[in-house]
Amino acid sequence: MAQLRTTPSATIGPFLAIGLTWDDGPYVVAPDAPDAIWLRGTVFDGNGDVVPDAMVETWQADPDGGFDHPDDPRGAAAFPGFRGFGRAYTVDGGQYAICTLKPGRVPDGEGGLQAPHVDVSVFARGILDRVVTRIYFADEAEANAEDVVLRSLPDDAARRTLIARPTDDGYRLDIHLQGDRETVFFAV
Amino acid sequence: MTGTTIRSELHLPRYLREDDAHRTPVAFEGYRSTGLRAPLRAPVDLPHRLTEVTGPLLGEGRVTAADADLTRQHDGEPQGQRIIVHGRVLDSGGKPVPHTLVEVWQANAGGRYRHVVDNWPSPLDPNFTGLGRTLTDGEGRYEFTTIRPGAYPWGNHDNAWRPAHIHFSLFGTAFTQRLVTQMYFPDDPLFFQDPIFNAIPEAARPLAISRFDYERTVPNWALAFEWDIVLRGKDQTPFETEDDGDIA
Repeated sequence: MAQLRTTPSATIGPFLAIGLTWDDGPYVVAPDAPDAIWLRGTVFDGNGDVVPDAMVETWQADPDGGFDHPDDPRGAAAFPGFRGFGRAYTVDGGQYAICTLKPGRVPDGEGGLQAPHVDVSVFARGILDRVVTRIYFADEAEANAEDVVLRSLPDDAARRTLIARPTDDGYRLDIHLQGDRETVFFAV
Repeated sequence: MTGTTIRSELHLPRYLREDDAHRTPVAFEGYRSTGLRAPLRAPVDLPHRLTEVTGPLLGEGRVTAADADLTRQHDGEPQGQRIIVHGRVLDSGGKPVPHTLVEVWQANAGGRYRHVVDNWPSPLDPNFTGLGRTLTDGEGRYEFTTIRPGAYPWGNHDNAWRPAHIHFSLFGTAFTQRLVTQMYFPDDPLFFQDPIFNAIPEAARPLAISRFDYERTVPNWALAFEWDIVLRGKDQTPFETEDDGDIA
């Protein structure tokens, strides 16, 4: 069958707050859910200035490593109260904040397990297509060392851009769109 | 089109990636704010695994029927030309994407957004917010009733004006399919000077422009425009090597 060309992307622009900032956007789980954590960070541009009009979206497995989705060949796994998806707007000083549960490990399809990770999309004025990265967790050193995606990166400096540090209420990872500490972004 | 995958004992779908000649680059020289924001390093290839081939299936409970009519969200009707915007959400294999969330936002008839950052001297319309949501039906169809947005000036270059457009946000069914884009109107005289439109490779620009749809106009009520949206589709060909598959 003939392939259709995909619709080209465009920047989200500066006015996304009209439509895309849901009241429940940051809550992958309710903040009072057992074991709820906050993933926080600041989005920076190439000058080191904060980006106060970006949208950060997250998608991740539940704490058991399951996805409530028909294309998971292991079977769709519902985890009560858990949406898997988060959406934050960096209007507060360039900061994003997502309330979620730490994901479990997920098979890598090559006989191993991926380290706990969160897939991230960043959208902003000045970016014509979303950029994609991942959040890993610093207290999962053993799992991180085995992770196929982290292992595919050239060096520790690149890996460090993806590894969130523990904080009082969860984890923190800044996103650098450019600069010496430019985050590793992925082509999906 | 090309796509990347791994030899997987999980039998995961693989989503095709559009080629560069038909895909908007992340940065474009004429669009000034890409300068400090678009990443400069080449992205690292991420083969599609479980997190990438799944995604949020949002919708039920998030939209009401009224959310698809942007002209009835206030006590009175908004100023401007009433229009119906409709089409289908498909994947690149031509398969409809049913029951998927479509979000839109736009300026009012005078080209003003209801947003604190937008303060150019064109009036807000008390009867227009500019936000819509809907779910595609079982055949992937969507429809909004709204008003035709106006063009507006911006600071990108001397006498810069954005062509009239409606912002769209779509999820599809997988993380790989996520799309945020803009729909334009046919024959807009402002295309030539707009870097956001011209950042789209020339061959793909027609895909961002809606079609005037006389058949779907409503007599004595509304004009109509049709715009199909195509998300990345699954590769249907079985793959035989563990290398990245380049397929025609």
